[in-house]
Amino acid sequence: MTTKIVIGLDGTETGERAIAFAKDLAKLIGSCELLVAYVIEWSPYTFQTPEENALRHKRREEEVDLATSRVVTPAVDALKAAGFEARGVVRHGDVAETLNTITVENGGSQIVVGRASADGIKKRIFGSSTQNLVMHAEVPVTVVN
Amino acid sequence: MKTLQHLYLAALAALMATAASAQEAPGLDDKINQAFADATGPFVSFIFAPFPGTGFPWIVGWLVVAATVFTLYFAFVQFRFFGHSISLVKGDYSDPNDAGEVSHFQALATALSGTVGLGNIAGVAVAVGIGGPGATFWMIVAGLLGMASKFTECTLGVKYRNEYDDGTVSGGPMYYMSKGFDELGLPGGKILAVLFSIFCILGALGGGNMFQANQAHQQIAGIVGDYPGWITGLVFAVIVFAVIVGGLKSIARVTEKVVPFMGVMYVLAALVIIIMHADQIGWAFGQIFAGAFTGLGVAGGMVGALIQGFRRAAFSNEAGVGSAAIAHSAVRTKEPITEGFVSLLEPFIDTVVICTMTALVIIITQQLIVDPETGNYMLNEAGNAIATVDGNTGVSLTSAAFGSAFNWFPFILAIAVVLFAFSTMISWSYYGLKAWTYLFGEGHTKELVFKIIFCVFVVIGAAANLGPVIDFSDAAIFAMAVVNVFALYFLMKVVRQELASYAERLKSGEIRKFEH
Repeated sequence: MTTKIVIGLDGTETGERAIAFAKDLAKLIGSCELLVAYVIEWSPYTFQTPEENALRHKRREEEVDLATSRVVTPAVDALKAAGFEARGVVRHGDVAETLNTITVENGGSQIVVGRASADGIKKRIFGSSTQNLVMHAEVPVTVVN
Repeated sequence: MKTLQHLYLAALAALMATAASAQEAPGLDDKINQAFADATGPFVSFIFAPFPGTGFPWIVGWLVVAATVFTLYFAFVQFRFFGHSISLVKGDYSDPNDAGEVSHFQALATALSGTVGLGNIAGVAVAVGIGGPGATFWMIVAGLLGMASKFTECTLGVKYRNEYDDGTVSGGPMYYMSKGFDELGLPGGKILAVLFSIFCILGALGGGNMFQANQAHQQIAGIVGDYPGWITGLVFAVIVFAVIVGGLKSIARVTEKVVPFMGVMYVLAALVIIIMHADQIGWAFGQIFAGAFTGLGVAGGMVGALIQGFRRAAFSNEAGVGSAAIAHSAVRTKEPITEGFVSLLEPFIDTVVICTMTALVIIITQQLIVDPETGNYMLNEAGNAIATVDGNTGVSLTSAAFGSAFNWFPFILAIAVVLFAFSTMISWSYYGLKAWTYLFGEGHTKELVFKIIFCVFVVIGAAANLGPVIDFSDAAIFAMAVVNVFALYFLMKVVRQELASYAERLKSGEIRKFEH
């Protein structure tokens, strides 16, 4: 049976280190699929102007395209070129919650993420996405520094 | 480069606006007012004309009758599906794969920020001040009935909207009038749509803009002292311009976040005041019920209370006007009717909750003076309204009622009024724009023309005391309702089919909650 590892990327260089670590793991495991996930932070409970609402679908498509072409596809291509089995997924939602959902849906056995780059007041009050993921994920999480 | 272009346009709009206000020299201003009043007087008188022999404006009757018809036609949909509506807003029925699209909650919040405003603060004070506590009862009744009107128009708004190749959407009464009538083989849909669009543009520039700017200036001037209105207007115009033309989302986002916060705070403050007077809650409700059927000595008696209650509810929640149908049509849902369910919560929140809070606070803090001998309310010297402590009316009556419990509250209220006015302007700029593009077509330049006109009217609205213009723009908003409700009577059978199909699939389990 193929083991599945989910790599959570955030478009920063910490993601590169997460990928490197996942590659090492995959080599050790042998039969392993790498699922590269990018979550676009989004909440259904924000407040928007009518115009933003009207443009929302278009913006969503643009956000997905951008994340796919800039972050996910290059990472997946690089992994494939290095001989790994890999595919990508882009979703909107709460980062921690959605990464967990993607993992559960795909039968992933663990999640590898880079250390959070979030800073400031928001982090102090709500904690970073990484902290939330570590606390609430249903599978083991590795945070790469 | 784009920023430079926007700055240039902002400067241009400001210059045009200044020129517009400069033209309002004394004398000329009066002449323009008079000429405008003469030209529009018959239209305004027609819209607000009372039924013969009563003081009941026929337009209010038109809206209440419509709300009652829809309530009966859809067999009290607002009560049967109330719980389901809340589940939809919570996202229980939202497909996780649609994450990132406009959620039901967002559509509701956006539409609410366009309706919650002066009507809830000043309008209710006027209703209770003239119609007595009994007006509250009729206001709640009108709010509950209005939920069915919103349900009907918002379902149609989503069903017949236009979706363009680039993924953007345009919807609203003008689209369901033209497309819906065509589908049913009825003539005249296009004519109705054009009429509606014209009234919508006028309503957006008037009630959705000038009236708001004017009231915001009154509030600010009330705190910092009197100063020329065009200064407020110019500041507002630049901010509105930055948001709707410059795409300065940060300001819009701040407002859109602060406005709901203000709304919640307003309701909480009202609740605290009501709890502080807990021993009088029973008495207050007694006054509301007694007043609803006897009038308790107010001018016009029971009928006076009924007129004021119905009128203010209609003015506040805009059910049947068609504006909410424009706001709600942005939601991408496979089931148009779900947006109808969500929208029926609007009159409930706006009128049944927020307006009632305002009324209860005014009653419970005993701002209305009771004659100790008869137990009835005393009339003011003119005999046309109830005498109040310090003679307050409108916003100042609400302000005094809240201020009697928290002396700092009038300041918060003033800020709330200004922010509510601003968010209402942003919403109506969009409603007006959609009507504009329906008439003249979509396109950057065409849209820019409307947006600049809109900003110029902000300054004019704040600068001058344009009574006739404001009367006219209120009349235009209600003229929207005349056309809209007329169309809804023909299209309501489409909604009934949707409702029957949806209810059946909900019952059979085909439509089910998603696990989140």
